[in-house]
Amino acid sequence: MMASIAKLSLWAGYLLVLLALPQFFDSILSISIFNQMAIAIIFALSYNMLLGQGGMLSFGHAVYFGLGGFLAVHTLILIENGSVYFSIIFIPLVGGIFGLLAAIFIGSFSTRKAGTVFAMISLGIGELIAASSLIFVSFFGGEAGVSGDRTFGPLFFGVDFAQDLEIYYLAAIWVFIATVFMYLFTQTPAGRMANAVRDNPERAEFIGYSARRVRFISFCASGLFAGIAGGLFALNYEFITEENLNAATSGRVLLMAYIGGLGYFIGPIIGAVVLTLMNSLLSNYSELWLLYLGVLFLLTVMFLPRGFAGLIMMHQVAWLRGTLRRLALPYLITGIPAFIFILASIAMIELSHTDGEVFHYLGVSLERGSSIDWMLIGGIAIAAFLATRKSLQQLKDAWEDANTLPGDEDS
Amino acid sequence: MLEVFIFATLNGLVTGLLLFMLASGLTLIFSMMGVLNFAHASFYMLGAYFAYSISLTMGFWLGLIFAPLIVGVLGAMVERYGLRRVHKSGHVAELVFTFGAAFLIEESIQFFWGPATKNYRSPDILDFPLFTLFGQEFSAYRGFMIFISMAIFIVLFRVLTHSRIGIIIQAAITHPHTVANLGHNVPLIFMGVFGVGTALAGLAGVIAGPVLTTFPGMAAVLGSIVFVIVVIGGLGSLAGAFIASLLIGLLQSYAIASSVGMPDLLDLLGVSFEADHPLNDLWTVTLPQIAPILPFLLLVLVLIFRPTGLLGKREE
Repeated sequence: MMASIAKLSLWAGYLLVLLALPQFFDSILSISIFNQMAIAIIFALSYNMLLGQGGMLSFGHAVYFGLGGFLAVHTLILIENGSVYFSIIFIPLVGGIFGLLAAIFIGSFSTRKAGTVFAMISLGIGELIAASSLIFVSFFGGEAGVSGDRTFGPLFFGVDFAQDLEIYYLAAIWVFIATVFMYLFTQTPAGRMANAVRDNPERAEFIGYSARRVRFISFCASGLFAGIAGGLFALNYEFITEENLNAATSGRVLLMAYIGGLGYFIGPIIGAVVLTLMNSLLSNYSELWLLYLGVLFLLTVMFLPRGFAGLIMMHQVAWLRGTLRRLALPYLITGIPAFIFILASIAMIELSHTDGEVFHYLGVSLERGSSIDWMLIGGIAIAAFLATRKSLQQLKDAWEDANTLPGDEDS
Repeated sequence: MLEVFIFATLNGLVTGLLLFMLASGLTLIFSMMGVLNFAHASFYMLGAYFAYSISLTMGFWLGLIFAPLIVGVLGAMVERYGLRRVHKSGHVAELVFTFGAAFLIEESIQFFWGPATKNYRSPDILDFPLFTLFGQEFSAYRGFMIFISMAIFIVLFRVLTHSRIGIIIQAAITHPHTVANLGHNVPLIFMGVFGVGTALAGLAGVIAGPVLTTFPGMAAVLGSIVFVIVVIGGLGSLAGAFIASLLIGLLQSYAIASSVGMPDLLDLLGVSFEADHPLNDLWTVTLPQIAPILPFLLLVLVLIFRPTGLLGKREE
């Protein structure tokens, strides 16, 4: 009983946060970032249905996102022409249905095997569709893409969705609905069997399940939600291009889900939020942000195989034992030099790449030609790196200390 | 007609052999570690950029020697300090790691060399027509490309099948534990194969750079095609990769050179459509137009009907 109340309040809190966000950040920029986040969250969660829960590594997930988006824009055009008549709040569903149809067709042969074969088929299909989108111009619109207008059709209780803010509330509702359904899917027998097939397809077959069928169901559900995300994209931007279904978009969703943490339901949400924030905020400050993103991604794969969500969940034991406080000081001792090291490295990278002679950084003016400046930052970076390395041992000790009970050590 | 055919064949041969230099390393790495190296084409791109920088001061020929060596050392380091670390987290993590490495290499190249296309040129000494056929010239540099890639293929094949180290490598592919028990350092062999594979990719980049232009997107252009080749040839099969490379190279070359298309087929069938038909794009599509998607079409078909590829044995 308690558990279910806790769970319900968690969901209510999620909905509340979604709806309350524009009250605190109401600039045009933040609303547009929230809209991007909403799209990214649904897309990344749908990707996690494949990779995290079903064990299917896809390099072409943008196909379902993009196809859903294209059909959504074409539906917007139909609404504008008066050929069909319904409120645009259902546009994401149109995208979802088309994503589902595409997934049913492609999944019928691609889910026969998991592993490398599946990954390669997804790559091939992705390239195939992306390349043909430049050939079949009347549907995909070539390199310019297709665009529509979301302000036609019947009003929804007097709202015409001309403002981005109105789209945000619509997106928030869709994100909530999609998240709830994707979570519920993990609780159904199909969702549970997807985990079983991911871990051991042979055993799942022995107890009478067709691994292929289980994969197919996950695949279709994932295509449906990717299409919904695509439809939402179409509503938000009112246009869509070939870029939204090519390999770069497929790669980005993999990045989001992986950095966030594949093993946890909440992981892709974290990844989507973090990456969207990086995308919109960092790109204002530095044109090298993709370089930083690549470094962050590789470091995550190497040192945090379970992503950010895994990093948070690592502290569960200490939290339950009430020893989390003991970790605060050790974290600071390692964290401060590590942070300085990162800042100094960024300073060196940016300084070597700056166009002008002087580079303003954290209130300091650095000169590109000055070797003293270079030696100074280099010295700080090396010192901070060495200090970080030296402090790792005390962090390790503190970690051991926080995760073992006093009685545990003897046994 | 004949001249088009002959030149399409020659160009297809050049592309196919170039693709094989990439595919051979990729398929060797796969058969050792079971990992498809997504960053493989990025090492090819690194080869072109290093060779460009070396050629500015020391000329093309020193670049031809040193750039692949640098790329090979870099590749070995990536294996030693990156991939080996990720290995314990499983295959997906390894694949995702190489995917991230590809991303990072592309961004690093933009960081160090900038986003503009580099004027990396073939040496003047090879700047003459090798022969003239039907009034069309075939440049000596393309002949040189064919020569280098054939030489690499023969050397690689001899080393793998007839030398002691080649036999140890082959044994380490199928029975790593037995080879380790016999006193060989298997992780070192893995690192070496990864280094040699990436060096081969680098060499391909060195000789392809002047012809296919050296720019930050050159890895993306070839990257997925190389995957197609190793999968069609059969994962881990060197001979399969060779056949598939030539097949893809020739297929694309013929498709681009041809002039047939859907309208001809429809004429043949006696069907015609109005220009405002909703599927008009489909009825007017021509073979040169769809040349870029042919490899992927072939890939999907092969995976559906013969998942092990042409000469592959590995069944998952």
